[in-house]
Amino acid sequence: MPTHEKILLKNMDQPGYTGSLKDYEAVGGYQALRRVMKELAPADLIDIVKQSGLRGRGGAGFPTGVKWSFIPKDYTGPKYLCCNADESEPGTFKDRQLMERDPHQVLEGIAIACQAIGAETAYIYIRGEFRLGAKILEHAIDEARQARYLGENVLSSGVPIQVYVHAGAGAYICGEETALLESLEGKRGMPRVKPPFPATHGLYQKPTVVNNVETLANLPHIVTRGADWFASIGSPPKSTGTRIFCLSGHVKQPGNYEVPMGITFRELIYEHAGGMRGEKPLKAFIPGGASASFLTEAHLDVKLDFESVAQAGSMLGSGGVTVMEEGTSMVWAALRLMEFFYHESCGKCTPCREGSSWLVQVLQRIVDRRGRMEDLQVLADLCQNIVGRTVCAFGDAEIAPIVGTLQYWRNEYEDLIRESTAISTTSKELPVLALNS
Amino acid sequence: MLAEKYQDHIADLLARYPVKRSALLPLLNLAQKEEGYVSESAMKEIAEILDLTPPQVYETATFYTMFNMNPIGKFHVQICKSLMCGLVGSDPLIQWVQQRLGVGPGQTTSDRLFTLSVVECLGSCGTGPMMQVNDDYYERLSEERVGRIFDELKETGNSSLKSGPFMVPEPISR
Ligand SMILES: Cc1cc2nc3c(=O)[nH]c(=O)nc-3n(C[C@H](O)[C@H](O)[C@H](O)COP(=O)(O)O)c2cc1C
Repeated sequence: MPTHEKILLKNMDQPGYTGSLKDYEAVGGYQALRRVMKELAPADLIDIVKQSGLRGRGGAGFPTGVKWSFIPKDYTGPKYLCCNADESEPGTFKDRQLMERDPHQVLEGIAIACQAIGAETAYIYIRGEFRLGAKILEHAIDEARQARYLGENVLSSGVPIQVYVHAGAGAYICGEETALLESLEGKRGMPRVKPPFPATHGLYQKPTVVNNVETLANLPHIVTRGADWFASIGSPPKSTGTRIFCLSGHVKQPGNYEVPMGITFRELIYEHAGGMRGEKPLKAFIPGGASASFLTEAHLDVKLDFESVAQAGSMLGSGGVTVMEEGTSMVWAALRLMEFFYHESCGKCTPCREGSSWLVQVLQRIVDRRGRMEDLQVLADLCQNIVGRTVCAFGDAEIAPIVGTLQYWRNEYEDLIRESTAISTTSKELPVLALNS
Repeated sequence: MLAEKYQDHIADLLARYPVKRSALLPLLNLAQKEEGYVSESAMKEIAEILDLTPPQVYETATFYTMFNMNPIGKFHVQICKSLMCGLVGSDPLIQWVQQRLGVGPGQTTSDRLFTLSVVECLGSCGTGPMMQVNDDYYERLSEERVGRIFDELKETGNSSLKSGPFMVPEPISR
């Protein structure tokens, strides 16, 4: 198996590494923050991160340095950094490992980002179920405060950086950055209309940056080893650095694998994750979390970088790679994901709220052998009337499983429908009708 | 009453935010920890602490699935049924757990020990099937393991099988 140098999972790979402050300092931890506080002007720091090519690891892949530069320079009031630790995209479980195993790496990244944008307060919005992660982070914050890496006067620079852990309470949508801000303000987690963007009107209507845990964890390494070093890893110029891919489903060794962007799905699945768990060959995979459209065995040689996966008709998203073996029903798989989206739709936008419910009903009746051929058109119509018509990207995400499975496995839908016992199209049992009927 | 019992903790929470309402989720969490669910009287008290109206607290609390609006059993068993867990056997496991506990989703055993919930993704997709019981995760579940976990919880209130700090795959040299 080709070995690649790990960056983010390197410390925790060492035998005996506990993630304590002592352990983190022993591997050079907080040296980058020292440099940032003593030698680097915020503008230079932003330039370094821009040059490194670092793009957000939360899903959208927005260039991190560019996002920071949208914070108004002349603004003197409070600004905020929010670390997005909601990790709610099905298939994704990397931030949990970063927080539970090497919390100071995340905290150092947070402090560096705060200094870059001039924020004195950062909130780590962690999904409510991650009780252990929250506890570990709280403890690490205490340690870092005592050592003056955080607190009133960071490393005697006169600059305060306060970091607080804020637990969510079970709502996928709070991973969306503006819903996260609403939730942090103590409200229902419903996304805001953009613009204005968080960079000018974020938390408490103040300039705010929201960055993912993994994005932030990269920062100490970029500061220490330089933008050029980072930009040389992966698939430059557009997909630099490593990504932690979360393998789940029917692979032999599910788990988190950190590899340079640009290796192929084949290498990731067959060499890193040990290949398929049994005799059955691969049938389908989701390349980047539940919001990413399904791909097939024919896409195994697609490269794991932002552009290549987009070209293949899906997205690299959150890095959650779910593998399905031959024999898995794709209609069932689409229904399972659709049930998730239906459950998690926040209800703000009608197309998403109603559409997700209709999509579940139609998929369910097809799976229950009560479908009609027209239902395929119903599904397509519904998807078309959701995409692009909602306040946030949830609407685009929720149709992905259906669009992808309809494209590649339409025959499975048709087979299930052919097995159906005839039901009149006007039956009360089938309330969702095709638009043209 | 929360305000008396947790005076210092609440003061510390409020000091974290420039706007009081931000402490709403933390306080609801605290209330649930205290009583196992978010009671009406707790919501009224939280409203008072944060200068909100009770409906503002209620409308927020009901948005979030983790808040129980009714009393539940001592152990809240939440099993994930989303696709990633479904691929590796959560459906038959959920069936088995229902048989074993003798209750369906949303129900509590007659001894008030276990409440069963079937839930969407808990972010533990590489180690399914999985469940959360109160604050702890339990992963790579089998019927045998779940049986042991329930027995241990019943006997000692704790289980040795709960997950520690997450790392998968495990490093070889440890
Ligand atoms: C429905 C939805 C859910 C999201 N969930 C998460 C999440 O759990 N974690 C995350 O980091 N980003 C999530 N995002 C992306 C965030 O909105 C945002 O783009 C990201 O946190 C920015 O950080 P980055 O630039 O470092 O990637 C989600 C987006 C949407 C539309």
